[in-house]
Amino acid sequence: MELTANKFKANASKALVDAQLQKALGNVEKGFIGKRQKAADALPEFDALRDNARDIKNHVLEHLDLYLEEYERKVTAAGGHVHWAETAEDARRIVLEICKKANARTVTKGKSMITEEIALNDHLEANGIEPVETDLGEYIIQLRGEHPSHIIAPAVHLNKEQVEGDFRRVHTHLPEGRDLSEPVSLLSEAREVLRQRYFAADVGITGANFLIAETGTSVIVTNEGNGDLTQTLGKVHVVVASIEKIVPTLEDTSQILRVLARSATGQDMSVYTTFSTGPKREEDPDGPDEYHVVLLDNGRSAMLGTEYQDMLRCIRCGACMNHCPVYHAVGGHAYGSVYPGPMGAVLTPSLNGIDETGQLPNASTFCGRCEAVCPMRIPLPKMMRHWREREFERNLTPAVARYGLKAWAFFAKRPKLYRFGASFAMPLLSLFGGTSRRFHSLPFAGGWTRHRDLPAPEGRTFLQAWAQREAQKQETGQ
Amino acid sequence: MTSSGTKAAQQPRVGLFATCLVDLFRPSVGFASVKLLQDAGCEVHVPVAQTCCGQPAYNTGDRADTREIAEQVIEAFEEFDFIVAPSGSCASMLRKHYPGLFEGDAAWEDRAKAFSAKCHELISFLTDVMMVRDTGAALEARITYHDSCSGLRELGIKEQPRKLLGNVSGVEVREMTDSDVCCGFGGTFCVKYSDISNAIVTKKVGNIDTSGADMLLAGDLGCLMNMAGKLKRQGSDVEVRHVAEVLAGMTSQPPIAGSGK
Repeated sequence: MELTANKFKANASKALVDAQLQKALGNVEKGFIGKRQKAADALPEFDALRDNARDIKNHVLEHLDLYLEEYERKVTAAGGHVHWAETAEDARRIVLEICKKANARTVTKGKSMITEEIALNDHLEANGIEPVETDLGEYIIQLRGEHPSHIIAPAVHLNKEQVEGDFRRVHTHLPEGRDLSEPVSLLSEAREVLRQRYFAADVGITGANFLIAETGTSVIVTNEGNGDLTQTLGKVHVVVASIEKIVPTLEDTSQILRVLARSATGQDMSVYTTFSTGPKREEDPDGPDEYHVVLLDNGRSAMLGTEYQDMLRCIRCGACMNHCPVYHAVGGHAYGSVYPGPMGAVLTPSLNGIDETGQLPNASTFCGRCEAVCPMRIPLPKMMRHWREREFERNLTPAVARYGLKAWAFFAKRPKLYRFGASFAMPLLSLFGGTSRRFHSLPFAGGWTRHRDLPAPEGRTFLQAWAQREAQKQETGQ
Repeated sequence: MTSSGTKAAQQPRVGLFATCLVDLFRPSVGFASVKLLQDAGCEVHVPVAQTCCGQPAYNTGDRADTREIAEQVIEAFEEFDFIVAPSGSCASMLRKHYPGLFEGDAAWEDRAKAFSAKCHELISFLTDVMMVRDTGAALEARITYHDSCSGLRELGIKEQPRKLLGNVSGVEVREMTDSDVCCGFGGTFCVKYSDISNAIVTKKVGNIDTSGADMLLAGDLGCLMNMAGKLKRQGSDVEVRHVAEVLAGMTSQPPIAGSGK
């Protein structure tokens, strides 16, 4: 997708007046927050599991090379193939080659953010191969030519009436009188259409929630079962996953699984948790003839050893955006990047560079709710602040903010001068505040007063008033 | 400064970090803080070499200025037994964020850590350190309390103000929906992303309205000015005050952004 992260502010302003979107965004707050809380409350060891999950991933990141090599050995031993892709372009090329070798005309896809990151669908289409998204949300946005607005609920920006309209527009072979008014009828409609596509597809492409080093297994968690059909019905199964998806053992996987679905949707476990190791063996009733894993770096190894390393613990549960007041206000598309919300505000600059994405880490109140709910305890606000530091060092911070800050800091670092100035300014401002004790508008304060009144100061500053009170006390001998 | 003789020997010496917003906009909160601290048995000092905790610079990514300001604050306040601020956000800056500014600097690191360990937000200092249960205040009001983000999530301030408010005679606490969700202030965020901030604070004042309270309290003046400004813009009669004013029984000043009754 086209990166428009630096148009965030304009994107956001549009989103704020989009009535359809605002209605749909209400569902994010209603749908996710209470369910996560309930699931967390029901598990006494939830916070201990989060610590454990964090520690597992920290350990992996300290020894990532070792585990990746072990993983490759195990995949190969199971009859699969591992392909190393340093860049998005490498990954696209590798997947296309595999598809071409299989003479693929259509490929089915399980829901995967990583294939969004590498813009795989566009590349396949440009080369005459039709990608078919099989996750309901992904299917809907593919029909609309859109990108996911949420990492686990890609069509969360839509209302069911909009989806009904899209289905009626595209599924013209189905009877007109068909009831599509409820989500469940939309689901069966999509199922009916997709069922044919699974059988026709030559290649199935999925992402992975985990890659297990000890067994060479890839794991996907889904709720619709579409991932399973995608990866077992095609002749070839291609897993596209980034390198930090590695976990050492099956035991580690099950530890992190316990926090994943609870944090994401409030489920104890997702409906399907599917483990795939290599292609179909002789004794297997089904499965693909070929099993490929494309391991993508795309800037991640450069995050190791930096202040952004903790971001590589992310398991893409979406809890950060589900709890983000900014995301609730503007939705995922406003971020103008593959990954929205707080995790995107940290990851996108790492992947695309801060020059093109500088607004994202600034668009946060630092309320800290994202970090508070992150199952992997990723210090998201802290890392956003680090991005702001990189911007400030390189003078990427907007000039008005930079000079304003410098002028303020000049006084803040000179208490005597500051006190002197404040002792005149605040009483004067207070005077202008009149009897209403507030300003409806004020020069240089438009950012504030556009939407709210500015309270007038009381008069003298606290330190002025305090000094006077102390002096009076001395005089009266108290 | 406030007491003398033998009693002073046992009194903790507290440096009051007024915070820039209280200093400039609402001195009443400073005086209410002094009263609460003195009533709790503290000897209160107000060093004149204070301006701001440095958060505007810190959150804009200007680490060099932040550090200079932090050094200035540490130098002015480190002599005290405790440093107390009537703001969760500023107290968290002093307590949680200062040490990181000096990481790897042998001359300053331990000094900053020792300083930070003595820093507290006012209300939690009263309840958790000075073991105050009842401030002796009385007020007839239906209040609702907004949990400011930094105090709540970085310092764990949630029950402390409610406990003290529960003992203010005449006060009825009416919890609003999502009291722990951001008000949209976020320091410079509210002017940098004015429209988004407005969407967030609009939701907040909706929740304040439906709580049925006639007074809104919180522990951070930034959030209070934001919410008061929005409430007034919408023509609301809800009075907005810092929680310290109510706990100290000092509500004779007109409320924030209000001309009084």
